[in-house]
Amino acid sequence: MTGQRTQEPLLRRVRKAWVSYLFLLPYASVFLAFTVLPVIMSLWNSFTYNNLLEPARFVGFSNYVRMFTQDASFLQAVKNTFVIALVTGPGGYLLSLFLAWLINGMTRPLRTLFVLIFYAPTMSSAIYSIWGILFSSDEYGYINGFLMSLNLIREPVSWLLDEQYILTVVIICVLWTSMGAGFLSFVAGLRSIDKQYYEAASVDGIRSRWQELWFITLPMMKPQLLFGAIMSITSSFSVHEVTMVLAGFPSTNNAALTVVNHLYDYGYLRFELGYASAIATVLFLTMMGANKLVNLLLRRVGK
Amino acid sequence: MEMRSIRQAASNALAAVSSGIRTCRRGGARMRHRIRSAFGIRLSRRIYGEILSAVVLGVFGIAFILPIVYTVCNAFKPLDELFLFPPKLFPQRVTLENFSDLSALMGESWVPFSRYLFNTVLITAAGTIGHVIFASMAAYVLEKHKFPGSRAFFGLVTAALMFSPIVTSVPNILIMSSLGWMDTYWAVVIPAIGQPLGLFLMKQFMSTLPDSILEAARIDGAREWRIFFKIVMPAVKPAWLTLIIFSTQTLWNTGGNIGFYIRSEELKTLPYALNSILTGGVARAGAGSAVGLLLISVPILIFMLAQSNIIDTMTTSGMKE
Repeated sequence: MTGQRTQEPLLRRVRKAWVSYLFLLPYASVFLAFTVLPVIMSLWNSFTYNNLLEPARFVGFSNYVRMFTQDASFLQAVKNTFVIALVTGPGGYLLSLFLAWLINGMTRPLRTLFVLIFYAPTMSSAIYSIWGILFSSDEYGYINGFLMSLNLIREPVSWLLDEQYILTVVIICVLWTSMGAGFLSFVAGLRSIDKQYYEAASVDGIRSRWQELWFITLPMMKPQLLFGAIMSITSSFSVHEVTMVLAGFPSTNNAALTVVNHLYDYGYLRFELGYASAIATVLFLTMMGANKLVNLLLRRVGK
Repeated sequence: MEMRSIRQAASNALAAVSSGIRTCRRGGARMRHRIRSAFGIRLSRRIYGEILSAVVLGVFGIAFILPIVYTVCNAFKPLDELFLFPPKLFPQRVTLENFSDLSALMGESWVPFSRYLFNTVLITAAGTIGHVIFASMAAYVLEKHKFPGSRAFFGLVTAALMFSPIVTSVPNILIMSSLGWMDTYWAVVIPAIGQPLGLFLMKQFMSTLPDSILEAARIDGAREWRIFFKIVMPAVKPAWLTLIIFSTQTLWNTGGNIGFYIRSEELKTLPYALNSILTGGVARAGAGSAVGLLLISVPILIFMLAQSNIIDTMTTSGMKE
């Protein structure tokens, strides 16, 4: 019988499922038009020169060549982006897993409270500018005021103007909002693990809490770990608003310039859409590559 | 009398048996001794661990909540207190000055403050409603109907989770301008409907819904749209509450991104207004804090109302390798 089903011609199966396609249609048309099509267009545009005024002109790989050989601020942006992503990606990921693990054993009201406390910053990403006052460069900035009242520093520090500190402040702010959907997924995943597994494992000779974590908890929540990894890779490589709000645009000696800021500069301010598309394509490939890599790493959990 | 004593005896016997089983489980006397001494160590270690984790949680909790407490407090501080040295966290004299300053300040600008608020509310509401309905409809057929192309389409959606929508912003400028949507609400609202995260979470959650209910309804002669609205949607309430949370959170905080598609001042949003108030100088820190409070309170309130539903939904959020 199942053989017969596959023999049924494709067209008839499509016609039979017309209700399903109707249900899918509104979402699918938006998704295809504003997510899938742009990725393809971006790839194509990256090989062109396009300023929106003249017709686009095919230029081969020259956008990519220019990016890596002539554009010093792009290389600076790549460096900054990788520093931010390598600290806030794994950092935020491990921190959210750790905090979810800590609050897992709590009573329900306490757990609810802590989930809210840790997740609230993610919902408050629009108030990055408040961090600007906290790290303000004069003595009215809270951090400066606090450190001066403790006599740790004499003069106010220009946290957001001195290229020595800008990136660190940005990283702190990003970490603050890095709990995200992954954290909620971890909280839920930890809660759904059956207590029986731990009892069974203690019979099998698992002793410390760490062994429990590595051999039972983490393998049991591998699907959530993968989901969380995707969320944190995506967000840590696309940091851009916080750098603009805190360090200004352009920041001192491009100390806080990220790849997305650079993309914004060429795509929105200079209208060099071909070059901006090449930057977007590099970013796209980086994110997909990082996801593949982390996927491979996570397969080794519990082994 | 007899009945009661029999019952008594039976319950005694039961207690004895169960305690016997418990002793058996623990094993012999030597075993029991080992466990007791191990338990002694573990007990003290556990208390030590509890204290340590409470301290760690306390430190992180304070670090995470402090900027928010600070925003809330600043919104109620008079201007002179905002510039005290050394700065104080809690207001000495609570005032609503900042809120009235805000309306005065915005009265001077050519776009009234209420317009930014209106834009944010409109974009958030329209985008979220569209997203929840259309993503749920799509998730329903992708999960419960098998049709040519359904798996490939879901594969595309899952792949789209792996990159940020920011990489599509440049070609989207071209798409929006060819549709004539540049500088309109459509440019922000319509793409929000097609966000991949909502569809992904909804489909995963719908997999827990038993097919038998749907089959029964189909035998009763219910049509698909009726099954969807009368049976499926009420059953996946935790999931659509979660979609509402994630979607409002993104749209409510949309400020900088809007710059790609929207240039006219009267279509800009609250987070944008906050930034332009604060770049206006330190004297506006009070009004800025008032806007900040407004900005963070809405998503946080919605989250608080729906929190347990979100955790239920996120249980099924996992990805298969």
